[in-house]
Amino acid sequence: MSILGTRVVRTEDPLFLTRGAVYTDDLTDERLTGALHATFVRSQVAHGRLLSVDTAAALEAPGVVAVVTAADVTDLVDIPPPFPFINAAMTRPWLASDRVRFVGDPIAVVLTEERYQGEDAAEMVVVDVDPLPAVVGTAAAATDEVLLFPEAGTNLLAAFGEPVPEDFFDGCEVVVTQALVNQRVAPVPLESRAAAAAWDPDGRVTVWCTNQGAQQARGQLGDWLEMDPDLIHLITPDVGGGFGAKIGADPEYAFIAWLARHVGRPVRWAESRSENMIGMLHGRAQDQVVTIGGRRDGTVEAYSLVFDQDCGAYPRIGAVLPTLTMLMAPGVYAFPKVHAQGRALATTTTSIGAYRGAGRPEATAAVERAVDLFAAEIGMDPAEVRRKNLVPAFSAPHTTPMGATYDNGDYTAALDKALEAAGYDELRAEQARRREAGDVRQLGIGLSVYVEITGADNGAGTKEAAELEVHADGTATVLTGTSPHGQGHATAWAMIASDQLGIPMEKITVLHGDTDLVPQGGGTMGSRSLQQGGAAVHQAADELIEEARRRAAERLEVDPTDLVVDLGLAGLAVRGTPGAGVSFAELAAEERLLVNTVFNADAPTFPFGAHVAVVELDVESGKAQVVRVVTVDDAGTVINPLIAEGQRHGGIAQGVAQALLEEVLYDEDGNPTTSTLADYPFVSATELPSFELVEMATPTPMNPLGAKGIGEAGTIGSTPAVQNAVIDAAAHLGVRHVDMPVTPMRVWRAIQQAGSHAQQEGN
Amino acid sequence: MQVSITVNGEQRTDEVEPRLLLAHYLREVRGLRATNIGCDSTSCGACTVIVDGLSVKSCTVLAAQADGAQVTTLEGLAGADGELHPVQAAFRAEHGLQCGFCTPGMVMAAIGVLADNPDPTDREVREGLEGNLCRCTGYHNIVRAVLTAAQAGPAAGQVPQAQEVQA
Repeated sequence: MSILGTRVVRTEDPLFLTRGAVYTDDLTDERLTGALHATFVRSQVAHGRLLSVDTAAALEAPGVVAVVTAADVTDLVDIPPPFPFINAAMTRPWLASDRVRFVGDPIAVVLTEERYQGEDAAEMVVVDVDPLPAVVGTAAAATDEVLLFPEAGTNLLAAFGEPVPEDFFDGCEVVVTQALVNQRVAPVPLESRAAAAAWDPDGRVTVWCTNQGAQQARGQLGDWLEMDPDLIHLITPDVGGGFGAKIGADPEYAFIAWLARHVGRPVRWAESRSENMIGMLHGRAQDQVVTIGGRRDGTVEAYSLVFDQDCGAYPRIGAVLPTLTMLMAPGVYAFPKVHAQGRALATTTTSIGAYRGAGRPEATAAVERAVDLFAAEIGMDPAEVRRKNLVPAFSAPHTTPMGATYDNGDYTAALDKALEAAGYDELRAEQARRREAGDVRQLGIGLSVYVEITGADNGAGTKEAAELEVHADGTATVLTGTSPHGQGHATAWAMIASDQLGIPMEKITVLHGDTDLVPQGGGTMGSRSLQQGGAAVHQAADELIEEARRRAAERLEVDPTDLVVDLGLAGLAVRGTPGAGVSFAELAAEERLLVNTVFNADAPTFPFGAHVAVVELDVESGKAQVVRVVTVDDAGTVINPLIAEGQRHGGIAQGVAQALLEEVLYDEDGNPTTSTLADYPFVSATELPSFELVEMATPTPMNPLGAKGIGEAGTIGSTPAVQNAVIDAAAHLGVRHVDMPVTPMRVWRAIQQAGSHAQQEGN
Repeated sequence: MQVSITVNGEQRTDEVEPRLLLAHYLREVRGLRATNIGCDSTSCGACTVIVDGLSVKSCTVLAAQADGAQVTTLEGLAGADGELHPVQAAFRAEHGLQCGFCTPGMVMAAIGVLADNPDPTDREVREGLEGNLCRCTGYHNIVRAVLTAAQAGPAAGQVPQAQEVQA
C-alpha cells in the first residue's frame, strides 16, 4: 500500500520537541565566534528632513565598537525600486541621509560586543528630524499634496487597468455599490527577523538569515552589494514562520553582510518584536469600491472592483499585489462582465509585502461581500445567489473575463458539501428563532466560496529543482529548492521518494536552504511547494529509476524493459524471475547514483473551496464570537492529510483574525499605535473554535502528483465567511455592512446607526 | 552578581548582570536555546519555562529572581533514554507544531495547564493557553495535543525533575 495519502507524523518533530529547532539567533557556528551585535537606530518620525545624527555619546558607551551612519556607506548605491515600472527616483537608502519616510526607517547602526549594550548605546544616538506632514492612507497619498519622493513628482507607483466604462451597469435592475476596507495587518511570524554574516579571508561571505527562499535572497544580496552571487553562501536555518513576510531579502540582511566587511568582524542581528512590528513587511492594505449589478432573480450581470493599494514608504511586493487582486476579481463566479482597476501608492508607513494569500484574499473578500450585499438588496438567500452565479463544474480549462485560466473545479459541489456539513437549513431556522425571540445573542451565518491561484510564476518561473541520490549504504538524500518554515517538506518529500523507491522514510534525508548545496530554487511562497518542489522530487525519482534500469540491465544482462521496481528490495527486479534483481544501493556502490532535475509546471493551479462561519453576536455590546468554521478546501491530491489539515487550520485562523481582530493602525502623524504584541490583537486560542474540515479532492492535471496549493486557501476562504457572518447576525437590525476588523465598537455603532436610520424612516 | 540556578537538574553558579532576563540567561549563559523569545511585552509565551513548579514567561523574570530556583526547559523533558514526555509525544502525534518557534513555550505552558486541570475541556485548554501565541497551527492541533496528553494521566502535568507543577 502506498504511503501517499496517509497521516505520517513529521520527521522534523523529535528534534523540534526535545532540543528545539535551530533558528538564526540560535546559531553557534564557529564562524560567528566573536560576532558583534548590530542594533538599528530607527526613525521615530514618520516623515521629515533628517538634519543631523550625533553619534558621539553612543561611541563612548560601554562595548561600542562602531556607530555607522549614512556618511559611512560610501561604496553602496541606494536600492532601486524592485519593479521596472516604478519611477526610478523611488530608491531606498541603506541608512537615511536627508529624509526619513516612515517610523522605523533605519538611520544608524550600533555595533557592540554584547547584545544589551546595543540597546543602551542606540538610545544615545541623537537624531534631529524636521518633521514634514505624514502621508497616511491611500486617499492622502493620491492627492500628491505631500510627496515621499519629490524627484518622482508623485506618490503613484503604478496604475493597473482602465476606469469602469460609463455604460457598464446599464440594463441592470439592481446595482449596489459599497466602499470596503481590506485593512493593513501584520504577518507576525513568531520568529522575528534575524541575520548573521561572516567573511572568509578569500572574500566570500556566509550569510545566515530567516527567509522563505535562500536562492532569491542570495541573488538580491549579489545585486545590492554588487557581488558575484557565487561569492555569497546564503543559509536559511530553521525558520520560525514566514507567511509571506520573509519572501525576498530585507535590506537589513544585506546590510549585516556589509557591516561585517566594514568592521572586519562577524556581525549578527536579531530584532525585537517591537522593531519587527514596524520594520517587517505588513500585508493587505487595500481600499476598495465594489459595484455589483444584476436582475432581481439573483443573476449578476456585471461586477466592478476599483481599489487603491497602500504600499508603504518603499515599494516591495505590495506594488504588484493589485495585479493578483484584479486577476482573481470574479473569483468563482460566471459574471458575464467583470471590471477591475487598481493603483499602487506610497505612504509614510511600513512597506507592504505578501501576507498569506497576497492579493487573492483581497479579491475574494471584495466579491464575497459584494454578493452578500446584492443578495441582501434583492432579499434572496446568499447561498441561493451564489448557486445561481457559480461557474458550473468544469474539467477542461476555463478562462475568466480577467484572463485567468482555471485548471478545473466544481464550486457548486464545494458549496453544497460545506452547507450540508454545517447544517445550513437548521442554522437558518435557529437564526429565525432567535430573531423572533429578540435574543441578545443573535446567530450569524456567513458564506464564502473561493478560488485562488497557486504556484504562479514568482519570478523564478513555475519550476523547481530537485537532486536525489541513493547511497551505497541504502540511504538517500533529497536536495530541494523549496524552503520549508513549518510546512513539513522533510516529511512529505521523503514520503514521495520512499513511495517510488522503496527506501524507508527514515533513511531519506531532505536538505534545503543552503545555496552551496542547492544553488537553484524558487523557495516556499504562493502555495507552490508541493505542486512544484514535490513534483520535482517525484520526477527525480522517476529519472533515478530509469538510470538504475540502464545500469541494472547491463549488470544483470537482461533487457531493460524486463526490469520492474521492487519496493521491498528498494531496487529493480527481473520480471518473472524470483530472486533476480539489484538494489539501488548496490548500483550506487558501483557508481554514484544521482540525478538532478527541474520540474516545470508550465502553469499555475486554482484550488477552491467553500467556508461557512457561524458566529454568536451580542447585539448589545457588538461582540461576536466565532462558534463554528466549516470548510471545504479542495487542493487536489493530498500527500499527507495531517500536514494538509495543519495548513488549513493555520490559514483559517489567520483569516478569522483579519475579519475579527487584527489591524495595524497609525495616527494622523504616521505614528504606529499597534507596534507591540500588547497593542496588536494577535489572535489567541480563546478567540477561535476548533475547525470542522470537510474533504474534497479534485486532482489537477498540471503535475503528476495531482496536487494544488493548500498553504493560503484557509486564509482566503475564512475572512469573508466570518465578516459576512457577523453582518448577517445584525442584518435583521438593518445592518448592511461593517468594515474589517468587525470589532465590537464597529458592530455596535453600525447597529446604532441602522436603528436610528430606521427610526427616521419610520417618522 | 552571582546566581545559583538549577536547570534541568543541573545546578550552576554564574556571574550575571542584575538586569539579565532569565530567558537570556537560559539561552546565552546556559546555552539552552530551545527557549525562544517572540516578543518584548510578555504577550507571546514562547519563552515559557517551569520555575519551581510554576509555568512562567522567562522574559519577565530576572535571572536574579530565579536565584536558588529549579528551572525546567524543553531540553529537560524527555527521559535519558529519549522517551518523550507525554505532552511532547502528543504534540508530535497530533501535529501540534509547524515552524516550531512557539513550541517549547507551548509545551511548557501545556504542562502547567494539565498540572492545574488534569482533565480539561477544549474551552479550558484554550483559556489555559491564552497567553501563548502560535501563528502556524490556528491552535486546533495544539488543543487536540493537550487533550491527548491528558489521557496519559498525571505524568502529563509533571516535569521529570519531580517538581509539583502548578498553572
